[in-house]
Amino acid sequence: MMTFTIFGVSSVALFGQLLLGLINGAFYAMLSLGLAVIFGMLNIINFTHGAQYMMGAFVAWMLLDYLGIGYWPALVLAPVIVGITGVIIERTMLHRLYKLDHLYGLLLTFGLALTIQGLLRNQYGASGLPYAIPDELRGGTNLGFMFLPNYRGWVVVASLVVCLTTWFVIERTKLGAYLRAATENPTLVQAMGINVPRMITLTYGTGVGLAGLAGVLAAPIYSVNPNMGADLIIVVFAVVVIGGMGSILGSIVTGFGLGVVEGLTKVFYPEASATVIFVIMVIVLLTKPAGLFGRNA
Amino acid sequence: MATVTAGEIRAATHEGLPRQQVVAFVIMVGALVAAPFFFYPVFLMKVLCFALFACAFNLLIGYVGLLSFGHAAYFGMGSYVAAHAAKVWGLPTELAILAGTAVAGVLGVVFGWLAIKRQGIYFAMITLALAQMVFFFSLQAPFTGGEDGIQSVPRGHLFGVIDLRSDLAMYFFVLAIFLMGFLFIYRVIHSPFGQVLKAIRENEARATSLGYRPDHYKLTAFVLSATLAGLAGATKAIVFQLASLTDVHWSMSGEVVLMTLVGGLGTVFGPVVGALTIVTMQNYLASFGAWVTVIQGVIFIVCVMAFRRGVIGEIANVLKKPL
Repeated sequence: MMTFTIFGVSSVALFGQLLLGLINGAFYAMLSLGLAVIFGMLNIINFTHGAQYMMGAFVAWMLLDYLGIGYWPALVLAPVIVGITGVIIERTMLHRLYKLDHLYGLLLTFGLALTIQGLLRNQYGASGLPYAIPDELRGGTNLGFMFLPNYRGWVVVASLVVCLTTWFVIERTKLGAYLRAATENPTLVQAMGINVPRMITLTYGTGVGLAGLAGVLAAPIYSVNPNMGADLIIVVFAVVVIGGMGSILGSIVTGFGLGVVEGLTKVFYPEASATVIFVIMVIVLLTKPAGLFGRNA
Repeated sequence: MATVTAGEIRAATHEGLPRQQVVAFVIMVGALVAAPFFFYPVFLMKVLCFALFACAFNLLIGYVGLLSFGHAAYFGMGSYVAAHAAKVWGLPTELAILAGTAVAGVLGVVFGWLAIKRQGIYFAMITLALAQMVFFFSLQAPFTGGEDGIQSVPRGHLFGVIDLRSDLAMYFFVLAIFLMGFLFIYRVIHSPFGQVLKAIRENEARATSLGYRPDHYKLTAFVLSATLAGLAGATKAIVFQLASLTDVHWSMSGEVVLMTLVGGLGTVFGPVVGALTIVTMQNYLASFGAWVTVIQGVIFIVCVMAFRRGVIGEIANVLKKPL
């Protein structure tokens, strides 16, 4: 393998952290995308998003442990199951809050997140459960300049595909056109004979399903842990503030970009790696308050 | 978030204090003076510290309509600085508390100035993210003691005379701090300044058109709220002789929201009742571990779905008078 050093850092460490950054970025991108889509239609910030990401990982683990259903079916089943719980939450609770101040939506979803995290912590403890990498993706590939574990490569590719598919559906299909129209003016779209309440429900279910999918992808990398979404969601909030929620592509670019920046910080100035995204948020607020891709609200 | 009731307008325009608030205040003070002779003073001091914290938080959400999801930052920094000042610098207790309060106030100026650049939901997310930054800072900074926190902080002597190691003496000191904070907030929300805050909450564009600068008012309210949250945290550090990561964690920010919500957003006495309720619950359920989180989550859900006025808000609604 070809190795070299840059600013006193070995290329192996550099590319290793870059890859880790890309993976974190993939999760930032998928989660902030879901938050943005939900915010667009429901006008609430879904605080439960982190808990739903965690649920995705847990459902995958339960499918394997209790039913013997492996990774590949879980990749489809777990997001659907998490999405269905989302639909139930939207139908029974969230839809009663649309007429109120949108802060109540934040408070409700915060309470839901606490409840879900607490219940799973009671049942499974806080130490984390292992979830094995599927056989097909074990091992790694020598890229010449670094060693790439196959599963990590798969996560980056899969999340890119998921993000771009979401972008395509929203920006380039008829369904997406309805969605964008309903985001702009729900009353008018309803007058055209489109069932907007059902669209809102399905949007929430899909956004939440996206978080569940991210959770399944994360399960073999991080251990399956009731707290895995709690701190992540706060970082994702900062990502959303930096990118602004106006643009789908903006969310994707911001998510991956910030993951990489965080990875690089880990190499060059590890002390700041936990705070770098928040510092960037402060800088963006000072220079471009609406966010990099945001429209002025 | 709440709308101005007819009673509130009457109360604001009427001469003197509304009678039901005077009665409620007298009952509260009477109960608080008698309480340490019947209940464990350390528990009561915890209630008072959180009551002050919740009152400070309520000043923002209840009267300006700003949901700060990061108030743990000011509470926690107040706590750390007071503990450090008392233990390492050996400052007298009252100066240590003032130091903690002042640092929280400065932090409030910086964070408030940043956060009011965005509105509504973004404001909540920004305050939360900034508070998380403070959490990571506290985790890494040498003076906070990382996971251990700052332990065995001396309670010291008040003004060099009164020995605060006695729980009863400490209790009445904390009670004095709480009442000062409470009356200060009461004064603020019933002043012309407070009226402008409510006007901004109801209709910011209209307040601007009337010649007020909402950002100045929001920032002032934010700094006041952060300072008082710091005062609560600093006092808490002296009472428990401990400042730890729990004080700056996001779950602390969530708890203060919950206390205020349970008691009643935008009510004078609500946060006190909310703090009493939640601290009592935590005390009795402490042995159930993670169930406390679940129960708090469920209370959140129930309050938002069916009980948005909170305890005091419901009583005020029945009486048709502000409390």
